[in-house]
This record gives sequence, structure tokens and C-alpha cells, in this order.
Amino acid sequence: MKKFVAEFYRYRSLFAELVRKGIKLKYRRSYLGILWSLIEPLLTMIVLTLVFGTLLGYHSKDFPVYILSGRLIYSLFSQATTAALKSIRQNQAMIKKVYVPKYMYPLSYIVFNYVLFLISLVVLCGVALVLGVYPTVYTLLAIVPLFVLLLLIIGVGLILSCLGTMFRDLEYLWNVGLMLIMYMCAIFYYPDKILDSSHYWLLSYNPLFCVIDNFRSCVFGQAMNIHELIYASSFALVCIIVGAFIFNKKQDKFILYV
Amino acid sequence: MCFNLSKEKVDSLKEYFIKLVKKELHYNEFWALKDINLTVKKGQRLGVLGLNGAGKSTLLKVISGVFRPTEGTLKVNGVIAPMIELGAGFDMQYTGAENIYLYGAVLGHSRKLMEEKFDEIVEFSELKEFIDVPLKNYSSGMKVRLGFAIATIVNPDVLILDEVLSVGDAKFKKKSEKKILSMIEGGTTVLFVSHNAEQIRRICDTAIILEHGRLIADGPVDEVLDIYKKLSE
Repeated sequence: MKKFVAEFYRYRSLFAELVRKGIKLKYRRSYLGILWSLIEPLLTMIVLTLVFGTLLGYHSKDFPVYILSGRLIYSLFSQATTAALKSIRQNQAMIKKVYVPKYMYPLSYIVFNYVLFLISLVVLCGVALVLGVYPTVYTLLAIVPLFVLLLLIIGVGLILSCLGTMFRDLEYLWNVGLMLIMYMCAIFYYPDKILDSSHYWLLSYNPLFCVIDNFRSCVFGQAMNIHELIYASSFALVCIIVGAFIFNKKQDKFILYV
Repeated sequence: MCFNLSKEKVDSLKEYFIKLVKKELHYNEFWALKDINLTVKKGQRLGVLGLNGAGKSTLLKVISGVFRPTEGTLKVNGVIAPMIELGAGFDMQYTGAENIYLYGAVLGHSRKLMEEKFDEIVEFSELKEFIDVPLKNYSSGMKVRLGFAIATIVNPDVLILDEVLSVGDAKFKKKSEKKILSMIEGGTTVLFVSHNAEQIRRICDTAIILEHGRLIADGPVDEVLDIYKKLSE
């Protein structure tokens, strides 16, 4: 652990540089640049509201806020974990030539996606204010689920980056997995209206849903569900421990796989 | 250092399980380096000789930490400047200037240090007009010049050179050799791979010969070069 901290400290400027590179290159050569991280969720929200609002007959005024809060978190999760999954292979040219702590790659991808996500939260604030969802004392507590979300992504990302390096199939499998997770996140429907109560447990075992649900509670000015919070945090911590363990064990072998 | 030379690379789950069940998961082992016992003292300048495929680059990559040895241990005291392949970590979409910071960070330098050395790097690489052009538009010589200029900004404790002195045009070659020689005068330990016997004689004081991953000669540079000459005839 001490060695880990010392090494991370030595390479902290590389970490910052990699995060910066991710953000800079993501929107390079597009005219609107970083504005896309605001426009893209807004447009998706409009589409989803039109489709599912009509399809399911939800006409409440704050339904777009409900959709946007779920969709922002889900798309961060899917982008960051997919990026982490591919991170080792994408940086193989570097890995083969120079020594750099390998966890830098998945971790920097996760952090840069997280930073972009934080920027895009501005849209959520704007939409919420326009549609009359005003901040309350609970709003500040949103930091808690967002932090749990970061831990969850780091844990899942570490596991995926390790397994994905050794088995390329995982890239395709994870796409399907992400789709399943998306439907289990209640992004564009109210779970209590769609599923009869006997199936609600399916959602409550999805840590990402727990994070989204708690985040929404904060946005809409309600108290968080403590059970969900504890479950999601423990799930995230277990993932981090497992991920760090297998990553540490297998990282010297990565170079033989890429 | 041992590699698995499997006939096909098993990198899909399905293949892995099928082969596991059929018990076809056998690998051809290939030892790129074996029984290497080598001590390099501080300030020693070691030339590494050997035919193609003898394991020279693998040895340097093991020392710089790219490969972890399959068996045995390795201990390095001090900061290494690996110049095995220049420009590892360059991003083709990044401009020259951005790549200076990125590659500097790859080598473990802080952004502040890179800011201080920025002008020096630009000047040495002679890329002033092109520094804001994306790297993908650079010629290979330009990339190498930039990589060399960044890699040599600090005096490391251990300098690892893998045929980097044979890059660029004649003018830059001279310039880079001069720079390396000035770094060496500061008492840096050098590990130098080259096929050029004259270069080895100029730079090194001791040398080793590798053959098929084994150490077959070790000693003062002139003696070893004589053996190498006989070997290559």
C-alpha cells in the first residue's frame, strides 16, 4: 500500500496529463467542442421524454428531470466502464515501450469521463430550475450517491480492464450486459408503476439503480433510502477490492496479451 | 524472461474453454533470456552486443521495467531514462507542444519542469514552426527529434540506449551523440545497444555479448569486441 502511494505520487503528473488528454481529445475537431457534453444529454432527454412520455402516458411536468437524472448517471457508467475495459489494449503501444503503472490507464479514463459528467450536471440544474424542481436541503446530499457512483465505476472498471485484456470477447459481452443494466435502472419509467411489487427486488439488487434512485431522491428533495445506499457502497467496495486484487495479480501478464 | 509461443494466440473465451476441455492448452516455451547474471556499477558504461534476436532489447526492457522477469530478480538504484523506443506515449492527434508535456509525464517529470524546459526542447529539436501542428503530420525524422529532445532534458542516473544514435539525418546524429556524450561525462551509468563496433568503443568501457538469450562474454570493451568480431565472421 505504501509502495502504491509512493508510485502514484511519482506519476501524479502523468495521471493529470492522461485525464487532460482524454478531455481535450474527446471533442477535438468538432465545432461546438465541450458544449457537446451539455447539448447531447439535453437532446437525448427530449427524445426520451417524447417517446416514453407518450408511450407510457406520463405527462407530469418534472418527468424530463426524472429521465435526465437517470440517463446522465447511466451513460457515465456505460462510457466509463467501456473505456476502462478497452484501456489496456488502446494503450498497448505505450505499454510495450515504457514502464508506467498500468492502473493509470483505466483509472484516467474513468476520471476523465467523470469530470465530463460533472460538467454535464449543469444541464440537469438548468432543466430542473426551468421545470420548477427547486433546490432543497437534500440537494447538497447528492454528493453522496455521486461519490458512491465513482467508487462503483472504479471497482467495475478495474475488474473489466483486467478481464477484458485477457479475453477480447468481453467487449461484446459487456455491451449486452450494459443493455440489461440499462433496463434494470428505470431510466425512462417509474418502477412502481411498471413492475408489480413482486418484481421490484430485481431493481433493488442493481447497485446502479440504487445510486440513481438515491440521486433522484436528492434532486427531488426527499430523504435517501439508507438500505440502497449501504448496499451500493458495499457493492462498490467489494468490486474495488476484488478489482485491485486481480489487477495487481495479472498486470505483469498484460503485455503478453496485447 | 520466458514467452509463450503458442501457435495461435488464444484470446477468446470460447477458444480458451474448448482448448481447456480438449487439453490442447500447451505452449511452446521460449526463453528470450536465461541465466543472465550481471552487475553494472555506478558510472560504468556497458555496451550490449549480439546478433539479431539475441535478446538485447529484451534485456533492456526487463531492466527498464516493461517486462517483469519470469524468474529471478532485478534491482535498479536511481532514476532510469529509457531510450528504447523514442516517443513511446506520443499521441498522434496531439500537437507537438502538447506531446512535450505528455511524454514528459510518461517519463515521470512534472508539468512545471516541462514548462521550464519547453524552449530548450523546441530549440534542440529544431521544430519551432511545427510545434503547434498535430503529430500525425510530422515526418518520422521529426518525431524522433522531438522524442530525443524530450528524453534527454534531465541527467538520469541510468541511461538506457537502444540504437537511438542511429536515428535522424547525419547532422542530427552528430548533435545527438554529442548530447549523449555530455550526459555521460556527468558520471551517468550507461547501457548501450548497438551493432556499430566503433560507436561502442567510443562510448563504452565494458561490454557483454548475448547469444540466444545467454551471456557468453563479459569484460573490458576491447577484449569483448575482439570476440564479437570473431563471432560475426
